[in-house]
Amino acid sequence: MSILEVENLSVSFKQYTDGFKEINHKVISSLSVTLEAGEILAVVGASGSGKSLLAHAILGILPRNASISGTIKYKGVELTAARLATLRGKELALVPQSVNFLDPLMRVGSQVRTASNSEDVVSAQRKVFERYHLGKEVESMYPFQLSGGMARRTLLSTAMVSGAKVIIADEPTPGLDPIVIKEALSNFREFADKGCAVMLITHDIESALQITDKIAVFYAGTTVEIASVKDFVGKGEAIRHPYTKALWRALPQNEFISIPGSQPHPSSLPPGCLFAPRCEIATPECEQAPPDMRELRDGMVRCIHAT
Amino acid sequence: MRKFNGGKLGLFILMKGVRMVTLLVAICFISFLLVKNSPIDPIQAYIGADMLKVGPEQREKIAEYWGLDQPVMVQFLNWGSAVLAGDLGTSMIFRRPVIEVIGERFFNSLALMLSAWLLSGVVGFVMGVIAAMKKGTWIDRMIKWYCFTLASTPTFWMGLLVLMVFSVWLGWFPIGMGVPAGVLSEDVTLMDRIQHLILPVLTLSILGVANVALHTRQKLIVVMASDYVLFARARGEKGFALFWRHGLRNVALPAITLQFAAFSELFGGAVLAEQVFSYPGLGQATIEAGLRGDVPLLLGLVIFSTIFVFVGNLLADLSYRVLDPRTREVRKI
Amino acid sequence: MIPSLKININKFPLNRKQRTLFNIIISIIFLVTVILGGILLDEERIVTNLSERNSAPSLEHLFGTDWLGRDMFARTVMGLALSIGVGLIGAIGSALIALLLGIAAATMGKMADRIISWIIDLFLSVPHLVTLVLIAFTLGGGFKGIVIGLTLTHWPSLARVIRAEVMQIRSAEFVQVSQKMGKSQWWIAVHHILPHIVPQLLIGFMLLFPHVILHEAAVTFLGLGLSPHEPAIGIILSESMRYLSSGMWWLAFFPGLCLLIVVRMFDQIGENLRVLMDPTRSHD
Repeated sequence: MSILEVENLSVSFKQYTDGFKEINHKVISSLSVTLEAGEILAVVGASGSGKSLLAHAILGILPRNASISGTIKYKGVELTAARLATLRGKELALVPQSVNFLDPLMRVGSQVRTASNSEDVVSAQRKVFERYHLGKEVESMYPFQLSGGMARRTLLSTAMVSGAKVIIADEPTPGLDPIVIKEALSNFREFADKGCAVMLITHDIESALQITDKIAVFYAGTTVEIASVKDFVGKGEAIRHPYTKALWRALPQNEFISIPGSQPHPSSLPPGCLFAPRCEIATPECEQAPPDMRELRDGMVRCIHAT
Repeated sequence: MRKFNGGKLGLFILMKGVRMVTLLVAICFISFLLVKNSPIDPIQAYIGADMLKVGPEQREKIAEYWGLDQPVMVQFLNWGSAVLAGDLGTSMIFRRPVIEVIGERFFNSLALMLSAWLLSGVVGFVMGVIAAMKKGTWIDRMIKWYCFTLASTPTFWMGLLVLMVFSVWLGWFPIGMGVPAGVLSEDVTLMDRIQHLILPVLTLSILGVANVALHTRQKLIVVMASDYVLFARARGEKGFALFWRHGLRNVALPAITLQFAAFSELFGGAVLAEQVFSYPGLGQATIEAGLRGDVPLLLGLVIFSTIFVFVGNLLADLSYRVLDPRTREVRKI
Repeated sequence: MIPSLKININKFPLNRKQRTLFNIIISIIFLVTVILGGILLDEERIVTNLSERNSAPSLEHLFGTDWLGRDMFARTVMGLALSIGVGLIGAIGSALIALLLGIAAATMGKMADRIISWIIDLFLSVPHLVTLVLIAFTLGGGFKGIVIGLTLTHWPSLARVIRAEVMQIRSAEFVQVSQKMGKSQWWIAVHHILPHIVPQLLIGFMLLFPHVILHEAAVTFLGLGLSPHEPAIGIILSESMRYLSSGMWWLAFFPGLCLLIVVRMFDQIGENLRVLMDPTRSHD
């Protein structure tokens, strides 16, 4: 059984224009992913594609002017706001992007302790610090005193100390040197191997491929493909969606060419396939209606031409 | 591992001190020049109604006694060196040393300003927090409206309203005077003093909340929308505990700083409130000195109020340096 | 990583901008009425009329009458007009000082900048009211003393704003380009710097104006401003103090309330102007 299922999730933001008119921006549309226990799923997409909002939507911490539709299930039961309130920080944990997510005026140790759900918060915090090679002096430091790697491990500690079953890690690697990245990623692997699950949200397909089991490719607010890591080999023949292929080809060790154009803005989404305007194999049919997600060769794809 | 940044703090205070001294000297000099060029004849101001009885010879004697016949620069240096020695001269109105008058009056004003400062600070802070936590609701709109209106309210008119309501209509408090008239100062009890303190404090506090409240509201809205509050919510923190743990910590410091930096307005407010309530503080002395041409007292008050404002600004700076870990602790990586 | 949500739909009949403009116009109409009223009001309304002394507010005398039987409504309107007039002169003077010193600090080199910042500190280190008392004392009170005092005390914060603005424009690319093209300092000042600081100056002026009015009323109330023969609001209120204990609340209540409304209106115009001209900074 899947530990976390996201079905047909849409997130839109209500905004008021200069006058009184109210308009909705759809930043995530009909997105579906599932997360199995013992698995790491990477959600890969370019920055600005609304990936962080996926994490916030799952945890129910979107701003007030956001509205959600679709269902999210945890252990097979729907996550309502009330259920989420009891699970947030206990079963579901977030590993945020940067040190800015720590209270600048609170000592690091106390911040990790508040995340802990065990009886003896102090020893729980010390134990997790020890595990991530954070010295005892780090406890009484303020966030501004942490180095990049220390901040990363502290953020990870807040999730680990909570004893959560599912970790959603939002861009955990940017700005870190390769050794630290490797270390961070192996920590996730270790966590997943204990029977928990990790959703790794990242723009870095390359490091994602090293440790994940499954990759969901995210484009303009929705998933265009869900593929096994094994599909990412050679020239990418096994990859289903043209956007995924383009991402794969853009890697330095492959052809290192990126496709022209940019993602559409949430306020001006194309009527048909969201990728059609930049797609090499797009036909007039693609611009008619948004394609549905369909199964293909043990994966999922949102493209009518994929074979 | 943590090290208190003592050396830097000392240097900081020293630099502030030097700046203060240059400003103070300049203010003394300018004030002295201004006062010397005023059309009010200091001798007439001193002698008052008896002027007709004073002959020109006597006049000259008085002028000589005060050094009024010397060039202005010499007068300034004489006055300046006396000030440095702690002698601010003798008040013409009170016929007592200026330093004594200021000392006594400062005690009265301090009671007034400190109470108003604390009360408006705490109430304003709470109002700002409520407005921010309830942003967009009617209570937020009401607090905002109230604060903007207060910013446009003349202090002395608020004093008059308070006086009308509490003294004239309700008769709860006496009208004016710091102590009951006709009572010897030894017989004035603490209760008497407090009773006369309440209305001026109320007036200053009603008006003083606006600034802190609006500032705290703005700041807390930013804090509550910050990444670290988002992450705290992701960890399951919510409601009052969330505010207590992360909100309060991050808005209290700016509010304290703001309150210290507002000493100048506090003094101005006290001048007006003291005048309305006939409260014998520094403010009332300032007006008396200005109206009746008491030059030594006026100069003494200018110096004193400048120091007062400076102390406020210094405390504002220091509170940041001492309380904020980002400036308090040395960076260590 | 919430995408920047920019909207450009603008079809609703009365949008925020127009509403702000509407507010400004209403306020201006009100203020102009007050000023005109003060100028045009019949002097007869405030002549001593001993048969109608100390009467409470009624339909005939909206704000009541004083101990000489003068109509308080007429006195109040005249006082407001006078206060606005004195405030206007003081505010214009202050804004001019701020403009000159702000530009000088930004353009005349490091030394000038330091000196001006020192002068600003000088003015900010004495409480405004004490400075006003000192200046009024020096000039012997009256109209001249109060106007000069108000002019000299309200410019520092605006000067800082203008200095920062000019600094920012000078370092902007288009100015740098003009400099490279050999345009004169004067040309740059007229074509680039002035258009950018005019809105800031206007907003700054509108925001300091109400403060000037309040300070004028306060100093006059204290007896160091306009002379007791002028029909100023400060004078009316200070006179009313003598009659407070006899329960003549209308003498103080209405004039003060009107002063509050006028000041609040000017403040609102300033805030609204800021919203109109600088929507990002005034975001709630």
